Amino acid sequence: MLTTQERSAIEEEREHYPTARAACVEALKVVQRTRGWISDEALRDVADLLKMTLDELDGVATFYNLIYRRPVGRRVMLLCDSVSCWIMGCDGLKEHLKMRLGADLGQTSADGRFTVLPAACLGACDHAPALMLDETLYGDVTPQEVDRILQEGS
Amino acid sequence: MARVVIDGKSYEVDGRRNLLHACLSLKLDLPYFCWHPAMGSVGACRQCAVKQFKDDRDTAGRLVMACMTPAADGTRISIDDPEAKAFRASVIEWLMLNHPHDCPVCDEGGECHLQDMTVMTGHVVRRNRFPKRTYHNQDLGPFLTHEMNRCIQCYRCVRFYRDYAGGRDFDVFGAHDQVYFGRAEDGVLESEFSGNLVEVCPTGVFTDKTLARHYTRKWDLQWAPSICAHCGLGCNTSVAERGGMLRRVMNRVNPEVNGHFLCDRGRFGYERAQRVTEDPEKEKRTPEDSEKKGLSESSGSSGVKRFSEFSGSLCGLLIGIGSPRASMESNFALQTLVGKDHFYSGLSDLDASLVSLILDILRNGPARAASLQDVENADAVFILGEDVTNTAPRLALSLRQSVRQKALERIGKGGIPLWHDAAVREAMQDEHGPLFIATPYATRLDDVATAVWRAAPDDLARLGLAVAHEIDAEAPAVSGFRMPMNSMADALRDARRPIVVCGTSCGSVPLIQAAANVAWALRRQGRAADLCFTVPECNTMGAALLGGGRLGAAFEAEADTVIILENDLYGRAGAAQVDGFLGRVKHVVVLDHLRTRTTSKAHLVLPAATFAESSGTTVNNEGRAQRFFQVLPSREPVMASWRWISEMLVAAGRTGWASLDEVLAAMGDARIRAAAPPAAGQRIPRRPPRYSGRTAMAAHVSVHEAPPPPDPDSPLAFSMEGFSPEAPPPLTPFFWWPGWNSIQAAHKFADGPSGVRLIEPGQRGAFFREVPAPFTPRRGEWWVVPVHHIFGTEEQSAMAPAIVKRSVEPTLALRPEDASDLGVSTGGAVQCMLDERTYRFRVQLRPELPVGVAGLSLMGATKGVGLPCWMALRRA
Ligand code: SF4
Ligand code: SF4
Ligand code: FES
Ligand code: FES
Repeated sequence: MLTTQERSAIEEEREHYPTARAACVEALKVVQRTRGWISDEALRDVADLLKMTLDELDGVATFYNLIYRRPVGRRVMLLCDSVSCWIMGCDGLKEHLKMRLGADLGQTSADGRFTVLPAACLGACDHAPALMLDETLYGDVTPQEVDRILQEGS
Repeated sequence: MARVVIDGKSYEVDGRRNLLHACLSLKLDLPYFCWHPAMGSVGACRQCAVKQFKDDRDTAGRLVMACMTPAADGTRISIDDPEAKAFRASVIEWLMLNHPHDCPVCDEGGECHLQDMTVMTGHVVRRNRFPKRTYHNQDLGPFLTHEMNRCIQCYRCVRFYRDYAGGRDFDVFGAHDQVYFGRAEDGVLESEFSGNLVEVCPTGVFTDKTLARHYTRKWDLQWAPSICAHCGLGCNTSVAERGGMLRRVMNRVNPEVNGHFLCDRGRFGYERAQRVTEDPEKEKRTPEDSEKKGLSESSGSSGVKRFSEFSGSLCGLLIGIGSPRASMESNFALQTLVGKDHFYSGLSDLDASLVSLILDILRNGPARAASLQDVENADAVFILGEDVTNTAPRLALSLRQSVRQKALERIGKGGIPLWHDAAVREAMQDEHGPLFIATPYATRLDDVATAVWRAAPDDLARLGLAVAHEIDAEAPAVSGFRMPMNSMADALRDARRPIVVCGTSCGSVPLIQAAANVAWALRRQGRAADLCFTVPECNTMGAALLGGGRLGAAFEAEADTVIILENDLYGRAGAAQVDGFLGRVKHVVVLDHLRTRTTSKAHLVLPAATFAESSGTTVNNEGRAQRFFQVLPSREPVMASWRWISEMLVAAGRTGWASLDEVLAAMGDARIRAAAPPAAGQRIPRRPPRYSGRTAMAAHVSVHEAPPPPDPDSPLAFSMEGFSPEAPPPLTPFFWWPGWNSIQAAHKFADGPSGVRLIEPGQRGAFFREVPAPFTPRRGEWWVVPVHHIFGTEEQSAMAPAIVKRSVEPTLALRPEDASDLGVSTGGAVQCMLDERTYRFRVQLRPELPVGVAGLSLMGATKGVGLPCWMALRRA
């Protein structure tokens, strides 16, 4: 069941669009903000609210890789693996993260604190390699920097 | 017309088409995936790349997608250009990256567009060494098998299911190289047109689950062109058998009727139209003794012998009852045997009067009977009373396209070519209509309606009459009627090709008259308005054209012997009346292929052939005579009804007929004869050139290969030998062409319409002037209208296993208020007395029903109840 707050936040978003359907990405973001991810049940509730079928909403939800259809850790790290960052050594960062967290791309650390996901260019190519922890962008990242970020972020 | 140069050769093509379509129409080979003749282009797959040149001095050229480029006058392209060829080969290579290469175990194998295109582009060696992505396959219900790993992401399935057919429980999920086509969760696909995915999907993702139960490769099947027997629309089909077993039904393109699509009833309702070889006892398709004991006691004798013994004893007055689900030829044969005065049409009395009214309207009035293609092109539609999806399913798909016409006109004027589906849908968004739906209960087309109105049939008729009056003041006014749907008359008047859809399902004469008034009023205003009437069965229209006495009169007739043709009288009249009649007549002979209550009361049942076991003609709702052809080789004692009757004629010392053409000649209607060429000249093979096992398949019976069974009734042969490329559309058994093994080969064949229209409009059209009184609800009684079900209402498909799985339990639909007054809720039961019998029905709540109206599922026993009628209901 959606909470009253979620419901009213979605309805507010709804106002900004010509049709209910068009507001569905925002609606999913509302729910994800409060719950961290979109469960099947949440998906159904949002679909009902927006008069969409489950299929229609899930088609949208699964299209966007920042809408999470599986539970994620408390914090989500997006590690860029696109061209500039690949040239500048993102593979090394990936290995480092794997060693520190025991989590590969697409996985969550055993303690449930971090989920690491790949991202295709964070728009920070001039400071490659780059990563994002939740809303914060980090550039020129080194393995040491990764340790510091993990420390701060935990 | 436009002149285009393709690989240095100049061609005339239709300039309104895209280059891909133009090339295919010229029968040139150009590979493609995402384009579809009925759904247009989206340029998604990149398979149809060709080189385009600016002029004759341009030698460099540039690659374009043929499906996204207009076939404009002066266009120069090359299909054979090495760069274009290399590009196409690389496209197929990447499309195949994740493909499982499981053709040997894939039901699509041998008729797969992906196989064909891969071979055509010359991609023969797999270079990719990475693991392939795999998917979960879903259970999509009894019709379709899902095998997602085979997908090449052409998007045809979603485009068909959602955009074209309006289904909402199917979609595309994910992104990048993880794209999934299916449902959010496992479950039965809701769309009544889901089966088309079998043909729309160019790979083996969606295949026919009914075929899988008795699977045979396309090349090993024996095919015949057929006409769907499961509603009045007469969609064109190809039916296939092997080893005496009917295996599948596929679409056969008739541009004026079904185009590229069928409904699921038509596609999956075939499995009982055959001898069930595993358990012949169950089927009992032999002459048999009935409860009342047959005329011939010799139970072991063959059907033919017993029949002749029987017909030798024919004496006294003989009457015949025809059938709207039997062919023209069989009805005519019976009429000939018993004589016009003793021949009764097999329609219920109500249907007979409704259909003869429809005939009168279409023959004498100025509005034409619309084909499905006309419906698709209509720019305004008014549906009066019909729940189209359930009474004439394929029509609903055409109506879904009609709601785009107004917008298409605007978009076309803006310069967007109409085949450019992506651009058109973008420009169109949710714009649709006008489509007005006035019915007693909600329909599956309501989602695209401009406005809907629910009322009792009499009030629907008043609405129609009032609209007609608003369009043309000469039409009678309806006093005291408040128009519920604003601007409806204006919308119809603003259209150039409006169509009024109505039919027999409400059982209302005034409703049909009102529909005619609307169309005629529009005609008087100079609009090319057409009428589309639905009728219940595959040859209802033909039976009405043939005429005959009322069934009610047959029941009164002084008869010693009655011959009942492919008809369950208990579905046409009250049980008491039928019991009385069958009990009174000395000899009851029934020709049928279904086991019905009527056959169980017969003295002699003669096993008649189904549509798959015989050839003949049916006339669809539009008045189009179309021929269906036998696909299952004849096997004694099953024969076409007209053959049984011919033998009766001979036994009675009269002349019979040796072939279908002889019956047609005796009928004397040149147009019906012209529905398909006669059995003359070069034979057309029913079997594809690659049919295997011909010399071995009967080796367990005899090592000598038997000659192909003769077929005196058609120009087709039960053989691989003959000449097919030039077969005219009505005689094309299957679509197959060198290099084009899948059904996409359709473009290699003549694409003209087939069938002959028997009914053209007249000049008269004096408005019907009778206005029914407003519907007045009664206390404790309901006006019960029939509720049709696509799966279950139609007799010949109702027992097909896949259809059975989709059928619902019959219910009585009530308004929630009425149900609570009766003290019942959903799932509870009500009962009523009809015809001295008590019926019990499970209750379903339908809030949209008009006050005083209830709806009863029309299936099985409720068919003889005589709906619509008043019923006093009590809690059971
Ligand atoms: S399932 Fe078939 S139709 Fe749908 S995208 Fe895949 S290949 Fe195309
Ligand atoms: S719409 Fe009617 S004729 Fe066409 S396939 Fe369906 S049942 Fe058969
Ligand atoms: S490629 Fe990594 S930020 Fe652009
Ligand atoms: S058919 Fe032209 S791009 Fe797919």
